[in-house]
Amino acid sequence: MRLTRRELLTTFLGAPLALAACREGGSNRFPDGEFVGQNVGLGHILREDRSFEVPAENWRQVKIAIVGSGVAGLTAAWKLSKQGIEDIVVLELEKDVGGTSKSGEGKPVNYPWGAHYLPVPFHENTELVELLDEMQLTEGRSADGNVIIKEEFLCRQPEERIFYKGRWYEGLYLHAGESEEDIRQFSEFQKHTDHWVNWRDGKGRRAFVVPSALCSDDAEVVALDKISFGEWLRQKGLTSERLLWYCDYACRDDYGLKLDQTSAWAGLFYFCSRVRKSGGESQPFITFPEGNGRFVAHLAESVKDKTLRSQAVVSIVPTESGVDIVCFDGAETLGFHCEKAIYASPIFTAPYVIRGFNEAAPFDARSFHSNSWFVANLQLKDRPKPRFSRDFPLAWDNVLYDSPSLGYVNATHQKGIDHGPSIWTYYYPMCHEPDGRTKLFNYEWRELADVCLTDLARAHPDIHELCDRIDIMRWGHAMISPTPGFIHGETRAKALKPYSNIHFAHTDLSGIALFEEAFYHGLRAAKEVSGS
Amino acid sequence: MKQVPLLFLNVVIIATCGLIYELLAATVSSYVLGDSVTQFSLVIGIYLFAMGVGSWLSGFLEKDLASKFVEIELAVALIGGFSAPLLFLTFANVSYFAVILYSMVFVIGALVGLEIPLLMRILKDELDFKDLVSRVLALDYIGALAASLLFPIFLVPKLGLNRTSLLFGMLNAAVGIWGTWLLEPLIKKNLTVLRVKGFVLLVLLGIAFIKADSLTTMAEDALFPDQIVYAKSSQYQRIVVTRGKLGHSLFLNGNLQFNSFDEYRYHEALVHPAFAAYQGTPKRVLVLGGGDGLAVREILKYPSVESVTLVDLDPLMTGLSEALPALMELNKGSMKDSRVEVINADAFVWLDNNELEPFDIAIVDFPDPNNFALGKLYTTRFYNLLKAKLRPDAAAVIQCTSPLYARNSYWSIIKTLEAAGLNVKPFQTTVPSFGVWGYALVMQQPFETPQNVREGIDLNYISQTSFASLFDFPSDMTLPSDEIEINRLDNQALVRYYETEWRRFE
Repeated sequence: MRLTRRELLTTFLGAPLALAACREGGSNRFPDGEFVGQNVGLGHILREDRSFEVPAENWRQVKIAIVGSGVAGLTAAWKLSKQGIEDIVVLELEKDVGGTSKSGEGKPVNYPWGAHYLPVPFHENTELVELLDEMQLTEGRSADGNVIIKEEFLCRQPEERIFYKGRWYEGLYLHAGESEEDIRQFSEFQKHTDHWVNWRDGKGRRAFVVPSALCSDDAEVVALDKISFGEWLRQKGLTSERLLWYCDYACRDDYGLKLDQTSAWAGLFYFCSRVRKSGGESQPFITFPEGNGRFVAHLAESVKDKTLRSQAVVSIVPTESGVDIVCFDGAETLGFHCEKAIYASPIFTAPYVIRGFNEAAPFDARSFHSNSWFVANLQLKDRPKPRFSRDFPLAWDNVLYDSPSLGYVNATHQKGIDHGPSIWTYYYPMCHEPDGRTKLFNYEWRELADVCLTDLARAHPDIHELCDRIDIMRWGHAMISPTPGFIHGETRAKALKPYSNIHFAHTDLSGIALFEEAFYHGLRAAKEVSGS
Repeated sequence: MKQVPLLFLNVVIIATCGLIYELLAATVSSYVLGDSVTQFSLVIGIYLFAMGVGSWLSGFLEKDLASKFVEIELAVALIGGFSAPLLFLTFANVSYFAVILYSMVFVIGALVGLEIPLLMRILKDELDFKDLVSRVLALDYIGALAASLLFPIFLVPKLGLNRTSLLFGMLNAAVGIWGTWLLEPLIKKNLTVLRVKGFVLLVLLGIAFIKADSLTTMAEDALFPDQIVYAKSSQYQRIVVTRGKLGHSLFLNGNLQFNSFDEYRYHEALVHPAFAAYQGTPKRVLVLGGGDGLAVREILKYPSVESVTLVDLDPLMTGLSEALPALMELNKGSMKDSRVEVINADAFVWLDNNELEPFDIAIVDFPDPNNFALGKLYTTRFYNLLKAKLRPDAAAVIQCTSPLYARNSYWSIIKTLEAAGLNVKPFQTTVPSFGVWGYALVMQQPFETPQNVREGIDLNYISQTSFASLFDFPSDMTLPSDEIEINRLDNQALVRYYETEWRRFE
């Protein structure tokens, strides 16, 4: 069943904008573009219950196989290479590595398809700092030991702006037009987050820190995972519309969930884990035009000869001495006899691939829920003209207050390219409907492109004229969902343990989708399999 | 009615006022939107058409013509009188300026179009039709002539656009009020109300006229007191060149870049200290910004210079001396010199993307950091990129805004240069059309402040005795005692300093 344009726009952007957009008619110039990425067909082979015979000559022997080349898988591979373990293979379903941190090549700059920044880690996160040193992103340490990042890699000002009632304002929290009560509640909210920033348990652990494995498991902290962030705010008497918007935006941005779907633990983690001392600034962001694609490229470089792409891993069979892995590229099957495997794919897929998993399930893989997104990259031949001379200028992250999307990131920003062509990356989490994922794959490219342009046109009426091309990537399983109870639930704890000779490594295992978490689990799994 | 001749005087004034409003609208729009041919043509067309509409509408007015005539007169006084200040203010604040402009032209035109037919009908019983038509129309055209002569010769030069507008509004209001006496027998009701309205309006316009100076500071004609000889918008900025008694001035987005009367002071101080500090033979020179070619003029005074690479964002700016003979004369054709290579690029991106043979001397002459896109050209990152393009013994001068008007901004730039590992000698000079202006002389190695410019260079301003005084800072311009932030890409501290400091003078 096809939707009319108005139904489509109402579904994605709400009725008022849909009505307005449809009244204007569709006479606008429409850019070219297509769906890119995500090898859905090959990915769903898993569900077909086909059998794959590997010809004898296609079997290979390898010490360690890594299934999945997102940040966790690549980190594991990178770490193993550094340890001198060269007998490995990395198997990737897609034709490109990187998972949700992958990027695209373009002009005048490359651009992200997913994750696009990394907050500067605390110096205590030594292994991540080591990666930054290796990538030559740092220039030494400050007197108190904090890592100093080179200026050109720290997000350039102006970092964020927000579009509200026809104008752009500086920052992400909307100050324009706030009432006394809004101001009071915002400062009240900051007092709560300050409390959690300063909080330490009996062992001196912080409530919220990156990686999350180091967070306190004190009952007071764990209790936060039992309610939603929305519920937590209501319990604190915080009802300011713009404060709720700000928190909801944070949840959608970091977790792809709405305020009432997100665990309060996860909500507070967002606000507290990157602030060293109460009242202090949140850690600055490291970013590149291509987003976290820069990290992916560096990690992947170390194992580029050992990476096989467009390979659907169709079965993983635990054996007496190790693991047998079978993969299929759409034409041929390949087999690997390995000593150990690192399963660095979304955890919910494990039962489809690992033979015998369901018969004696070590944990309930189906409770690893993930959410879906679409990401659009817009090639602009020029920047929109500001509508008002005093509008806050184009920033790195540009957010629309009234939109269910997350707005867009300007890829040329970090390179200091302030004029002429650019590429904008538009993010839309499908968290507004229960069956967002199914629906996402039923839409046509032109429909999603229309959603994106109509949404942006509220701030940039000339967007149709300026946009030459829109490519769209649909992420069926973009991010793990930290719903209440998941992070401190039993399932997640169980999945951290290896199953036979299979070690799991994925940001899913933290219950939150972050580069640092994926990196942590990649390192952990690498250390487990290498026995170091 | 005995006052018929006086009513004819009214016709002259009405006609004059009408044409003045039309000329004002056309002038304001060509000032701010550029392309005077289009603006004048559109405004005249719409105005005449609107007068036609007004004349036609007059046919629908039946009763109480005299009081309607006075009402219309007051309405014209109100809208016409405030038209210029209103247009300047709206231009600065709204994006749909053209809509407001043409609507205003239409409304004034329609109201003026109503006046003459009404007046003729009021007078129809006093005169023969042939006399009426001949006198009214003749006087109407005489009024138009008076307006078109007064406007360029007296009004704009002496009063400026805002005061002209308000003055004629007052004149219009006066005619309206006077009309209540002339036409007293014909005005059937509300005579007092009309008179009160008229006087209130007259007082309002009068106050605005007296306060016009503060109005003008808000509006753009304060920026361009002189005649505009060039005005074009490029993709990046609005370029306006004016000609006044003292010479030509260049404005970018309304900010003065130079006045030909004293620009040599600015450009001599910008260029020659770098050559004085450099110990080798200066051959390769880099100019960032400076698309007017005036810094290049100074650079080409050194015969050893073999190449000048000028990087300026805007092709319209670097081509300006081709379009404007006066500028060509001023920069002595420097932009056409065979040693000069012009590159149109954002200097930040250009420095980041190009591998080049290092330069001996760099002259950095960007507009002041009043937005983020310009602010990045004053960051530690930018100066590090620049350093990488310089020989180890190279010298550079950077224009750093005013240490007097924007003291924190100036010292923030100096601190930023130091943070980028450069050795800095701050210096300043006085350029009357700007005020006191600041620069930084930098080298990568520690160095002594140069004592004099090189031998044999012909200069108008810097001399043996004045050179040392450049490096002397009076106490009101020295480093402030408060902590001054370094300007980085990830804080853009300078843009915030600059905005705070210069806002005081707005």
